[in-house]
Amino acid sequence: MKVHEYQAKVLLAQYGIPIPRGKAASTPAEVIEIAAEIGSDVVIKAQVYAGGRGKAGGIKTANGPAEAKKAANQLLGTRLVTHQTGPEGLPVSTVLVEEASNVARELYLSILIDGASRLPVMMASEAGGMEIEEVAQSAPEKIFKSYIDPAIGFQPFQGRKLAYGMNMDGGQTGEATRLMTNIYKLFMDKDCSLVEINPLVITANGKLLALDAKLNFDDNALYRHKDIQELQDKEQEEPLEIQARDWGINNYVKMDGDIGCMVNGAGLAMAVNDLIQYCGGRAANFLDIGTLNNTERVVNSFRMFTADSRIKAVLVNIFGGMARVDVIAKGIVEAYEQMDIPFPVVIRLAGTNLEEGQRILAESGVRFTQAKDFYDGAHKVVEAAKGVAK
Amino acid sequence: MSILVDEKTRLLVQGITGGEGSFHTQRCIEYGTKVVAGVTPGKGGSEHLGVPVFNTVEKAVAETGANASLMFVPPAFAADGILEAIDIGIPLVVCITEGIPVLDMVKVHRYLKGKSTRVIGPNCPGVMSPGKCKAGIMVGEIHLAGNVGVISRSGTLTYDVVSQLTSLGIGQSTCVGIGGDALPGSTFVDILELFQADQNTKAVVLIGEIGGTTEQEAAEFINHKMTKPVVAFVAGSTAPPGKRMGHAGAIITGNAGKASEKIKMLSKAGATIARNPSEVGLATKKVLERL
Repeated sequence: MKVHEYQAKVLLAQYGIPIPRGKAASTPAEVIEIAAEIGSDVVIKAQVYAGGRGKAGGIKTANGPAEAKKAANQLLGTRLVTHQTGPEGLPVSTVLVEEASNVARELYLSILIDGASRLPVMMASEAGGMEIEEVAQSAPEKIFKSYIDPAIGFQPFQGRKLAYGMNMDGGQTGEATRLMTNIYKLFMDKDCSLVEINPLVITANGKLLALDAKLNFDDNALYRHKDIQELQDKEQEEPLEIQARDWGINNYVKMDGDIGCMVNGAGLAMAVNDLIQYCGGRAANFLDIGTLNNTERVVNSFRMFTADSRIKAVLVNIFGGMARVDVIAKGIVEAYEQMDIPFPVVIRLAGTNLEEGQRILAESGVRFTQAKDFYDGAHKVVEAAKGVAK
Repeated sequence: MSILVDEKTRLLVQGITGGEGSFHTQRCIEYGTKVVAGVTPGKGGSEHLGVPVFNTVEKAVAETGANASLMFVPPAFAADGILEAIDIGIPLVVCITEGIPVLDMVKVHRYLKGKSTRVIGPNCPGVMSPGKCKAGIMVGEIHLAGNVGVISRSGTLTYDVVSQLTSLGIGQSTCVGIGGDALPGSTFVDILELFQADQNTKAVVLIGEIGGTTEQEAAEFINHKMTKPVVAFVAGSTAPPGKRMGHAGAIITGNAGKASEKIKMLSKAGATIARNPSEVGLATKKVLERL
């Protein structure tokens, strides 16, 4: 799960990590008020679940109430398009108004779980302000890492190694080590999957300051962090994906094609989407109905397809294991009874209770195209979608 | 021969009295697996599905000689259950549970250092040596005993591939689901090592997907250490970056974890690549014919 920068900074502050003076606002009047409170030059930053805001015009500086109002009007109520958002962009309903900082140096600091060592790794670089992937490409020698043993936690020597790696002077390393220790504590306490401070700056008077902050959280651990769950901004997420979750379909991802897919199992669902493209079509979604044996999720999957105007044809591909084919078949019949299904449906069934499932579909009189295997299903649904397009 | 589980496996089920635990334990028993004990704290001394239930893994192992554990413990308590099994020194833990927090698994991996237990999963279908032992939730009937090892990060996609193999008369030595999480207990390399050493395995089918680097590490291993042929398919060529595709570990971050990169490296390492998942069976058949 993602959160906004302003929310991330509140959490950083709770862990003693210095952040610029500032507040979030959702109206131009609030922006002017906060800017007046701060008094000096302010930075007004669009709050969206995406990076690349600076280059996209989502971060503005202002001196005085008139400029603050102008910047607020330019950002609030618009949609910001960055290289991470896709062409439709994300809505800007909140901005963060902060005191402008006098920056001497821009650094990079992050912590995440390293898959190879299966340990938290703290990464630091003096090449702050640019994307770390770029630094890894162009100047990998500038990235320093400390792998942290969760049994003993983050150690001062690790902080010194990273601080000297960022070319800090002796006086700054102690402060930097304390900051890193606190970031590690935040990371572990809140089940983060990423804490990234880019840039971490050294101000003109030698202080460390988290100028930007990105926090991601482990979805599997949200059950033990109600405070974090509450921060979620649904407006920043794809409406179809929110809709799917509300209908109990947790594994739904919107794609850019016109063929709806309902599959059981994530690997199989990905493979179905790949195969559709291999056959010359494009999937409109990834949808793994999981293994819960109820017809409601099947019916709701069809509800998703009928609510999605892009859909030209649908492929159902089920390999019954834990999920039973007869239950899926009943769900499909219920869907046809409950709604008008305007698109052709191709169905491939295999596995547990196959005969019973086939009997249920055959006796229901539901119109569909049967596919004998995986490839046949993908091929037939692509043909069906092309037929509709003509 | 086979790897990980066989007719000598004495299975213990952690979480045997729960809904999933009950359902699948019954299926394992029907398949012929020797299920010797169950563990559910608070239900020790009772019997479930004809299997004695204990409060602790320690007691269960002491009294029944269980040498492998199959876990159905809910995600909030699963890591604790794995730690309990590691502590007793059970040689094999197969964890089916989906949704374990990543930091819980960091602890598990830390505790595993220097210990002899092997963990398979979490978030996996389990391990199956056809005709000998089913320690998992896969459908028994689609399997056939034979000489091809199968390793996969996915469940149902593996069932599809296994049934392709079986329908072509190609049996399996062992099928191992390593699971869809970001920090699996065992990686492709761990299992490839076992298949390479197993006399009964003549070829290996590897089913990978987007996210992480386990396929890339597998490619390194195949290139330098493997003499047996490998057939590979990697799911998620069409997956958009930054989106988690059902599995916790199936996500492309920036340019890392793309299917194209994994396919390129596996192909370079000499693996036979199935371009589409329904060709895995036939591709394996061709590879076996060349042996």
